[in-house]
Amino acid sequence: MSQSFIESTLQGFARAFSKALISEQAAIQPGLLQSLDPRVRVVGILALVIAVVLCHKLAVIGAVLVLGVVVAVASRLSVWSLATRVWFVVLGFTGLISLPALFITPGDRIVLVPELALSISAQGLRTAALLVLRVETAATLTTVLVLCTPWTHILKALRSFRLPTEIVTMLAMTHRYVFLLIETANQMFESRQSRMVGELTGPERRRMTARTAGVLLSKSVELSHEVYLAMLSRGFDGEVRLLTDFRFRVHDYFGLTGFILAACLAIWMGR
Amino acid sequence: MTGTVNAAFEINGITFDYEGIPAIRDLSLRIERGERVVLLGANGSGKSTLLRILDGLCFPTTGAVNFAGNPLTPEGLQRNGYGLAFRRQVALVFQNPDVQLFNPTVFDEIAYGPLQLRWSKENVLQHVDETLRVLGISHLKERAPYRLSGGEKKRVALASVLVLDPEVLLLDEPTATLDPKSQSQIVDLIQQWKGTTKTVVTATHQLEIVEDIADRVLVLEAGAVIGAGTPSQILSDADLLLRANLVHAHRHSHGSVVHSHPHRHGHSHHDHEHGPSGKS
Repeated sequence: MSQSFIESTLQGFARAFSKALISEQAAIQPGLLQSLDPRVRVVGILALVIAVVLCHKLAVIGAVLVLGVVVAVASRLSVWSLATRVWFVVLGFTGLISLPALFITPGDRIVLVPELALSISAQGLRTAALLVLRVETAATLTTVLVLCTPWTHILKALRSFRLPTEIVTMLAMTHRYVFLLIETANQMFESRQSRMVGELTGPERRRMTARTAGVLLSKSVELSHEVYLAMLSRGFDGEVRLLTDFRFRVHDYFGLTGFILAACLAIWMGR
Repeated sequence: MTGTVNAAFEINGITFDYEGIPAIRDLSLRIERGERVVLLGANGSGKSTLLRILDGLCFPTTGAVNFAGNPLTPEGLQRNGYGLAFRRQVALVFQNPDVQLFNPTVFDEIAYGPLQLRWSKENVLQHVDETLRVLGISHLKERAPYRLSGGEKKRVALASVLVLDPEVLLLDEPTATLDPKSQSQIVDLIQQWKGTTKTVVTATHQLEIVEDIADRVLVLEAGAVIGAGTPSQILSDADLLLRANLVHAHRHSHGSVVHSHPHRHGHSHHDHEHGPSGKS
């Protein structure tokens, strides 16, 4: 495996760590969403996501996306960070998934590719655009929520809605698991880099990648189990307890009303 | 409660295995309240497993463990009252600090245990600040634990347990991977608990700290106790230490005379005699 591949992987891990740190900083800085009770944030964003799913008009979903971006900016998040974290990635994945819809959805033909005997219908284009825009909007809204709310606050908010402790525990563990996975992978790649001389052939690279993935999985599963034991040892029982009490203030009622109104309006206009 | 309330732990004939590989074999022992016990053994001798059993994180395949006269069982710990009381009294510092640090900041990490054990908010704030100060890590308060150095992680892991001020402290290799200054700080801390009601069980293979932190030493090998006594008795028993893989036979020469003797690291002097054949 080429040196540059390992180096770029290590740089990727470093970026993941620094992004995680920036996320934590964003969650504690003053901003619109940060000023609201975490329960309002969770319910409000969830309501908007549901509205987006139920909405059938591109313009309305687009308006919710714009609303999400405005909330992000008012919460001191960078639009560029949203673009790199969400928009480009979602466009790549969902765009690929929605590609066949362009050609197989029957309807009024707007583009013809005679060499490939394919045509794009207006309905196909609309279906694909609807899917991409829905996913972009939902992903943007949830990313804004996660970036503006400490993870423990999200978990506590979910528990206050009577979400079973098993699910909250699972979410708490998943969060920690991701970090362990990155950390372990980082150490494995560093150790491999320190013992690497020369280039590997293609099949050797593939074998090594498969082996690394297997070992990484076993290691991180074991570590996660240890983390769970460490949590149990300090009294974890599935309940999330924090120093900060959630308390509804006047502006939280305004915030909640605003989110619910926006969601209802989107559903009504987009039906 | 059964009769022996002076015992923190009573362990009767326990065995434990990891998927068929034995880790603890027919082990019986008793740890008194306020006692400072060192579990001395090489890697894989069963020290960490024993500490986890004492902390109610895993349970023996056979045999029984009692804490303060009450059986330590999964069912017992599920009972809210008993489980909570046990966690308030017994705390474990893991060997690998990474597994113990899962909160976004050092402050949150240290506050995690007290909050889970339902302390009042004022109490939590006061004790967290105090613990940060005592361990000299106040400057790390807002840092993310996974971005700390190895020594800092270890101190935060220790702080996250010390803040609970438990009656029984279980320490798994607390000084391993620490620099000499941090190591001596932790040894000093354990020394402070001498003569108090705090029971401290430390698993280690570092012979140089044993005399400072133990009233009694249990030597473990392949999951069984192969020796017990005061620190001076154990440390002077070269054969026992050799059997437990805590020292190794060291061959070297003094001029033309070659000899061998049990050798341990951290000690520059050893007693030996040269036999007529040049070996002792």
